Amino acid sequence: MSVLYLVIPLALVVVALAIGAYVWSARSGQFDDLDTPAMRMLHDDEAGETRSEKREA
Amino acid sequence: MAEVRARLGTGCAHCGLAVPPERRAIGSAPAFCCGGCETAHGILRAGGLAQYYALGERRAAPVRPTGRSYDEFDHAAFEELYVSRRADGLATAELYLEGVHCASCVWLVERVPLLEAGIARAELDVRRSLLRVEWDPRAVPLSRIAQVLDRLGYPPHPFHGVAREAMRRREDRAALVRIGVAGALAGNVMLIAFALYAGDLQGMAPGERQMFRWVSLVLTLPALLFPGRVFFTGAWAALRTRALHMDLPIALALAAASVRGALNTITDSGPVYFDGVTLLVFLLLVGRYLQQRGQRAATDAAELLLSLTPRMARVRQDDGALRDVPTEALLPGMLVEVGAGQVFPADGTVVHGESSVNRALLTGESVPVVVVPGDVVAAGSENVGAPVRVRVDAAGSASRLARLLAEVEANARRRAPVVALANRLAGVFVALVLLLAAVTFLLWVGRDTALAWDHAIALLIVTCPCALALATPLAVSVAVGRAARAGIYIKGGDALELLARPGIMVLDKTGTVTAGRHDLVAWDGDPRWRPVILALEEGAAHPVAEGFRRAWPDLAPASLEGVRHDVLGGVSGRWDGREVAIGSPAFVASHGAEITGWRERLAGAAVTPVLLAIDGQVVAVAGFGDPVRDGARDALDALRARGWQTHLLSGDDTAVVTAVADALGFAAHQVIARATPEEKLARIRALRAGAGVRAVVMVGDGVNDAAAMTAAHVGVGVHGGAEASLLVADVHLTAPGLAPLQRLVEGATRTLGLIRRNMLWAVGYNAVGVALAMSGRLSPLVAAILMPVSSLTVVLGSWLGRSFVAAPVATTAASPATRHRRAA
Repeated sequence: MSVLYLVIPLALVVVALAIGAYVWSARSGQFDDLDTPAMRMLHDDEAGETRSEKREA
Repeated sequence: MAEVRARLGTGCAHCGLAVPPERRAIGSAPAFCCGGCETAHGILRAGGLAQYYALGERRAAPVRPTGRSYDEFDHAAFEELYVSRRADGLATAELYLEGVHCASCVWLVERVPLLEAGIARAELDVRRSLLRVEWDPRAVPLSRIAQVLDRLGYPPHPFHGVAREAMRRREDRAALVRIGVAGALAGNVMLIAFALYAGDLQGMAPGERQMFRWVSLVLTLPALLFPGRVFFTGAWAALRTRALHMDLPIALALAAASVRGALNTITDSGPVYFDGVTLLVFLLLVGRYLQQRGQRAATDAAELLLSLTPRMARVRQDDGALRDVPTEALLPGMLVEVGAGQVFPADGTVVHGESSVNRALLTGESVPVVVVPGDVVAAGSENVGAPVRVRVDAAGSASRLARLLAEVEANARRRAPVVALANRLAGVFVALVLLLAAVTFLLWVGRDTALAWDHAIALLIVTCPCALALATPLAVSVAVGRAARAGIYIKGGDALELLARPGIMVLDKTGTVTAGRHDLVAWDGDPRWRPVILALEEGAAHPVAEGFRRAWPDLAPASLEGVRHDVLGGVSGRWDGREVAIGSPAFVASHGAEITGWRERLAGAAVTPVLLAIDGQVVAVAGFGDPVRDGARDALDALRARGWQTHLLSGDDTAVVTAVADALGFAAHQVIARATPEEKLARIRALRAGAGVRAVVMVGDGVNDAAAMTAAHVGVGVHGGAEASLLVADVHLTAPGLAPLQRLVEGATRTLGLIRRNMLWAVGYNAVGVALAMSGRLSPLVAAILMPVSSLTVVLGSWLGRSFVAAPVATTAASPATRHRRAA
């Protein structure tokens, strides 16, 4: 089980990377508004339709 | 912890943070981490405020002055907006300060009068970071005060909502970062803890066991120092103010458990507690975040209202040139150009151009009103017609919108006592926990000191109010989310708690229990006159005209000539060579018609009469009224069956109000007609005074109800109400009718039941934990299981419990909800 001595520190590095990514995303405001994007998605749908129409034409 | 303190000792002499090598001082001279701190330190020394450094806990953030001159704070326009003069010559202003965190900030900021001559008083509201400053403008300009605050690390802003919104966002992000980091660390420590517990049961190599313990120590330290720091600062602030705060036992448990755990790790003996510590930090932060977000939504209403007014205005200068200026700089007398589709930035008088104005924001009346030179327009209303030039009469805090807002804020402040009660209860809980821990320690210290420590720490950990702290906010936020999906927007958790018990429900009539429009409710006359009426009313925007069109949508208008709209409230014309006139009895009489006997033809109904006369003969009588909403009676009866007292308040005529009250089963003494907004407010205050423990709920739709809504315990804005009243409301119903009101009360009752169940679970777990810990049977393994399981029960209970069920009209409710959010 001596592989643990290698794997655990490695896992810690991965954890640090994940935390870093999360902190970056939170600081850049990606969690500021969790409601509006969900609604915006519905509007995007309409835009998507026009795009696909264009493709057909 | 020891490491931090060691670092503080050699840190920056002002903020205590690490000093970069190039700034290290030689000898005993104080060292600073940055120029900002050095300046602040100098100001404090020179001002005789060196005791600041004797405070046990200081703001551990570097001073980052903006270095601005704050010249605009002395500008006449700024003074006009944010500064008020008192009779004794002093001026007062409210400033929002960045960087206010703790008790030491209060200490420092409130001593600014000692630093600058001419400042009479500085008072800081630490919760809202609002500084109220009083100074002598002849001795010191406001810009000078602002500079001092800035150099101490508290950049001031004139208080208005928009700037604070951005600051709030930063605070929110910081809270999310703390939660995320705490969660990731807790998850990993828990994983390792599982391995350790498994090792305890079936054996584990000593080397691996020791490594796992060290790794969890390494993961716990950052969790304590970064996200967990808020509890230590909170506990310290509580100690300084000699108040029992929830943070106190939390900080004690965290510190005791981690110090003990670290010692045990180093000496390779005993339990380590790290899983409990990190999980504690994570869960408590989550609970706190949910609670804060819920409370904030309610107090933000006023600021949102302000942000509905535009930020820039186009000013016409004396030389005729146009210039864009911020609305804060608008002064009475300035000429402002407002284009079609724009919002008026200030109250003013139209001096050039004709247009129509939508006042829906203020009055809820969605029919645009025609304005011509000389007419008054209010800030926040929309110019829907053509460009106009407006002379500003009142801007900023003097505008009608801002005064409404001030009323809302003042009322919101009065609601604080509920919070105070919660804090007192928390104090009792804290005292009890500390007492129990001390008793446990004393019980065991005779037998074995190490064992006594273990048991006391176990008790502190297991009683930490994780589940308790989550019980209410979690149930409330889940319920609020579900309610939103059902078309009911709830802004504060306390509204839910107040609505759960039967109280006094006061309803506005027009637009709330009635549809709020003019409908044809009585008709006496030959049907062949109907096309004539439609022809007379064709194209008119008057509510009566629209009522006729709604009543007979399929009829084609007859052809008329010489149609004339009269200012007296009627229309006349020629049809088939005959004189026709329609309008109020007075108007028809002025056209020479004999108007006796029309009252009998309406059978005494409480309606607005409209008469049609042809060649001086009244041939048809129509009655207009505001129809009661469908299902209003059923919803009201359901509320009464639950024990609610219902009242009806209206500005309408007594006869009309009585008719509606009779139809809906209101008792005569519970009905007030012809009430002005001020009388509505007074009525709500009187009801509150006599209500005892019962909550007074005001349900309304217009700005005329807004003040009453904020004065009540809970304000409910109904579908179709004025934007302003929806914003001040604690609850906003997006589906029409009173059925959502019934659903709201039912949902609130169920949510309170859920909260009680959650509390019962949490308290039950705590009781079991305390009993086990005091009797010495609480092994770290049991504590590690008991704590997450208790929180999990609360989480699952909140999620699975029934609070609000989706309304059958949820799909139609979605669109106004979206609109409302976007407007906000």
